[in-house]
Amino acid sequence: MTAVGEESALASADGRGSRARPQGFRPPGWLHPLVVAASIIPFVWVAYAFYSDLVNNTRLLTSEPIKEAEHFTGKWALRFLLVCLAVTPLMRIIGLGWLVKYRRTFGLIAFGYAVVHLGIYFGLDIELMWSNLVEDVLDRLYITLGMLALLLMVPLAITSTKGWIKRLGNKKWNALHRLVYVSGVLGVIHFYMAVKRDVREPLLYGAILAASFGYRWFWNRRETQRRQMTALAR
Amino acid sequence: MIIRVTPDHPIPSSEITPEGVYQNRRDFVKEAGLLGVGLAATLSGARTAKAQQGGTSIGGAELKGELTPEEDVTSYNNFYEFGTGKDDPKPNAKNFRTKPWTVKVEGMVAKPATYNIEDFLKPHKLEDRIYRHRCVEAWSMVIPWMGFPMSDLIKRVEPTASAKYIQFTTALDPQQMPGVRFPVLDWPYVEGLRLDEAMHPLAMMVVGVYGKMLPNQNGAPLRHIVPWKYGFKSCKSIVSIKFTDKQPATAWAVATPNEYGFFANVNPEVDHPRWTQARERRIGELRRRDTLMFNGYTQVASLYSGMDLRRNF
Ligand code: HEM
Repeated sequence: MTAVGEESALASADGRGSRARPQGFRPPGWLHPLVVAASIIPFVWVAYAFYSDLVNNTRLLTSEPIKEAEHFTGKWALRFLLVCLAVTPLMRIIGLGWLVKYRRTFGLIAFGYAVVHLGIYFGLDIELMWSNLVEDVLDRLYITLGMLALLLMVPLAITSTKGWIKRLGNKKWNALHRLVYVSGVLGVIHFYMAVKRDVREPLLYGAILAASFGYRWFWNRRETQRRQMTALAR
Repeated sequence: MIIRVTPDHPIPSSEITPEGVYQNRRDFVKEAGLLGVGLAATLSGARTAKAQQGGTSIGGAELKGELTPEEDVTSYNNFYEFGTGKDDPKPNAKNFRTKPWTVKVEGMVAKPATYNIEDFLKPHKLEDRIYRHRCVEAWSMVIPWMGFPMSDLIKRVEPTASAKYIQFTTALDPQQMPGVRFPVLDWPYVEGLRLDEAMHPLAMMVVGVYGKMLPNQNGAPLRHIVPWKYGFKSCKSIVSIKFTDKQPATAWAVATPNEYGFFANVNPEVDHPRWTQARERRIGELRRRDTLMFNGYTQVASLYSGMDLRRNF
């Protein structure tokens, strides 16, 4: 499959790609690998900083590197989830259908950060204590919600391959992947509840999420109206 | 761990007078040096000997080997007036003016007065004490403070018979404190103790740490420390000390009453709603350790006999 063919196949997985305006700018082949590489820079940094703090006695991650790394990866998981959810509005606004591929990319990267976040929490923060994990998930709503956000991302990550898109068909695939909205909302609530008192950053993320939902709502309404108009015109 | 209390204060005081500490900038380096010597002397000298004889360890010399590095003590701080990140206070408090400084003693007290800090400290002999410091966020440190017993201060200003509580208030200056421009807490920061808690020999007014004057981010020029309570119970940069018959409306208890109570005694059996308090991470250590009842200072238990510590968290 050629690059162009692949993109149009994926664009139609959007269900609305056919309506995307004529493609202007074509991305060079190295753009995608570059974006992926850039996305893992925060991870590389936190891994290096953690190592340095432990071995070289630096304080790149403050005096409490485990907590800091936990927060850091949680934040980046949420940021990439928001970026993932911003792709569709952006695609429609600037009319670049090929962007659709980046939705899956950012979704997978968000998932990756969330898994590392969970790993730090379970492996280092609560030191593999299953009893503590169970207690946290059952008694502490913000952890329940975080866990749910992550679990919902698992089927999405698994079915993110081209094979699965084909197997499920566009319609089903799109329906399933709408779960990412739920993960986004749960992620923001989880963040909001996790901070002690200073809720400015979680509120900002909530606002970004709301904006991307708001845009979708308007777009869908306009689409419905347009469809009704076309039906009438016939 | 049981630590025996002796009624009369066993801690050798350093001979450095508060005026010395607050001499002008030129002398400060020298003073800081002297304080350092004082600290080292007290640590290695009398107190260690006492500890070896199995005597009291209220000065905390047995914790000497566990001291948290000064760099952590002075760079990892919760001081929301200077920002909510724990690495915010150090840079944001850098230019905080602690000179001149006045402390108001008010309320139900025989000798209400507004002191400048030098006069306020003058009658007190400074001493060094090493305390465990347990944050409500489940991290902890071991810190060598310098100051004087809170009870000395209380005796000196003579609260009236009706006074039941002591209330501390932190400075509030939006010009100098970027954190108070947002209503993260109901400023100014207020804390308080029951008077019998405040009279306990472990409760301490603090002017220095690690043998030096308090850095701004640690609450210069005057803070207090109550080592059996979570760290937020201690007010930094104190401008007012008030005696009252009503339980003070303390900052965190006002902000989130279901999470933070008035007493806030370190208690491994009473969890914070969002995390366990059974274990803590000592700064500088990788693994968590068990949290001790009253942060190890079980000699305060009698202050709370008959109280349900689960309800009075
Ligand atoms: C198994 C699932 C998860 C668990 C057990 C979990 C657990 C935690 C814990 C323990 C904290 C730290 C709270 C504290 O002590 O301050 C935290 C914070 C956070 N988590 Fe999660 N989390 C999970 C999933 C997620 C997911 C899926 C996201 C993002 C989409 C996320 C984003 C965050 C953020 C942004 C923070 C706050 C960081 C900060 O306060 O600076 N978490 N999480």
